[in-house]
Amino acid sequence: MLRYIARRILELIPTTFGIIILTFVLFHVVGGSPAEVVLGKNATKESIAAFNKKYGYDKPLLVNTRPAESFFDSQFFNFVGNLAKGELGVSTEYDEPVADVLKRGVGPSLTLTVPILIGGTIIALSLALVCAAFRGGFWDKATLVASTVLMSVNYVVWVLAGQFILAYKCGLFPIWGYESAVYLVLPVLIGVFSSLGADVRFFRTAVLDEIYKPYVRTAQAKGLSRVRILVKHVLRNALIPVVTYISLAIPHLFTGSLLLESFFGIPGLGNVSINAIHSSDMAVVRAIVVLGALLYQFVNLVTDLAYAWLDPRVRLG
Amino acid sequence: MKSLWSRLGWGARIALGVIIAYFAVAVYGEVNYRMAKARDVTPSYNVVHEELRYQPPSLAHPLGTDNLGRDVTQRLVQGARIAFHVGIMTSLIAIPLGVVLGLLGGYFGGKVDSLVVWLCATVASMPGLLFILAISMVVGQGLLGIYMGIGLTTWVGVCRTIRAEVMKHRDRAYVQAARVLGYSHMRIMFRHILPNVAHIILIQFSIRFPSAVATEVFISFLGIGVQGEPSWGIMINNARLRLWQGVWWEMTAVTMAIFVLVLVFNHLADALRDALDPALRSERA
Repeated sequence: MLRYIARRILELIPTTFGIIILTFVLFHVVGGSPAEVVLGKNATKESIAAFNKKYGYDKPLLVNTRPAESFFDSQFFNFVGNLAKGELGVSTEYDEPVADVLKRGVGPSLTLTVPILIGGTIIALSLALVCAAFRGGFWDKATLVASTVLMSVNYVVWVLAGQFILAYKCGLFPIWGYESAVYLVLPVLIGVFSSLGADVRFFRTAVLDEIYKPYVRTAQAKGLSRVRILVKHVLRNALIPVVTYISLAIPHLFTGSLLLESFFGIPGLGNVSINAIHSSDMAVVRAIVVLGALLYQFVNLVTDLAYAWLDPRVRLG
Repeated sequence: MKSLWSRLGWGARIALGVIIAYFAVAVYGEVNYRMAKARDVTPSYNVVHEELRYQPPSLAHPLGTDNLGRDVTQRLVQGARIAFHVGIMTSLIAIPLGVVLGLLGGYFGGKVDSLVVWLCATVASMPGLLFILAISMVVGQGLLGIYMGIGLTTWVGVCRTIRAEVMKHRDRAYVQAARVLGYSHMRIMFRHILPNVAHIILIQFSIRFPSAVATEVFISFLGIGVQGEPSWGIMINNARLRLWQGVWWEMTAVTMAIFVLVLVFNHLADALRDALDPALRSERA
């Protein structure tokens, strides 16, 4: 077990390195300095040079061979060094450290995404269990058709239609804003329903894979009730792929839902991301990408370790 | 091929028919676009008719007109054209990349495989949508940015499935026989193993295509990517505000067009999976 843990943690190193390299290549090598875009068409050479100097884009990319400067004073090493220190750069849009911008945005994002994840999972899992219990029957087929249909509706349409029909036409919910909990109900509903289709299908497959295993037939032969089999035996084993699925969603809890936040005016990281993209605020986008990726790595590791603890077969692999 | 057709139920056959219909529409749109470009004329779907603004559906304009008097039906056709461009181009980037890397990693194992797994893990860790947006921004405006963005992120799914399948084939008798016969690794990979995993490529394509179209709609909706040409995402963006003013036809037409295409592709993907790979069944009887 310890060897497995050690191996998994060691594997973090090359992937983290890969993430940092990939981010650097995208934002610094391919992207370069956003000076022209941020300063606009009429930017003078002096203002561009001043911008580059201020945000560090005037340094060489990989290593510094200029006479009076340190070898490691390059964009790459500065990026990595700052990242290690927790300094994520300065936002060109808000003119404050990116870390502050992100800290402000995480809270509202979580108030939106956590209810969506919890509510969505409970509903989808319940539906999947019912489908599996009555597999082949009308309810199962109907849910499958409905899930495929729901899955095919574009996410954009969910948000637009939800806001238009439920908030504007029916007046059931406030249209925009972040004043109190009521303002979160509609976005959460939309978030839950938009992912319901794909989730139900996946959970149903996971549960059915379990149900067709021989031990379930044994349990039935022994005379256990169907409900007991489902809840006590099948659910536990089916939870493994379910937990993987959910853990994949955890990093997105923090990065927030781009569209929902933007449309309902929730000041979360999703909103920050969209504004940053529109205003070419590279530092913010870069920070969210790097942090999101690192978070995904970490969550992956925790999930794998949890597996190894739950399922002894994994440790031997 | 013949046996595949017989294994697809009627639902999948209808789905395929609808897709072909969409494709025909897209081709017509492409012809329209090329002709307008060749003649250096503003295409008919872009010409502004001030007097025809906000017309509800009628005989002359089956789906009405938008805020600049342009025919919604024609713009929808162009949207289909762009959707197919996106779906095909992103698949052309993602699938070869994923297949080659999957083959190399699955077949050779060892260090090569570790490299492929590392690459997959690194790219897969990136927050998907944001990464695509960032790539589109950095590569520049226009469709190329979208192709690169979506293609360079979705290849990982293809790679993982192909790699898993290749690893199952690697120890099979026919591969060992080929090695004994002295065939090179390249030949074994591409002429022996690849045809046996080709069904996965088809399934992956049927999954990636609607996903790429949906992502393009999302990205265009945010204002990044295609400019000037009426992609479905841009049309939704334009139609959004009109909806609140009571103009329902534009929004309904675009959403229905996207919905039907994605729906039939999803259905086809399910049917293909059931027909081609029993291990990946989405439905159990």
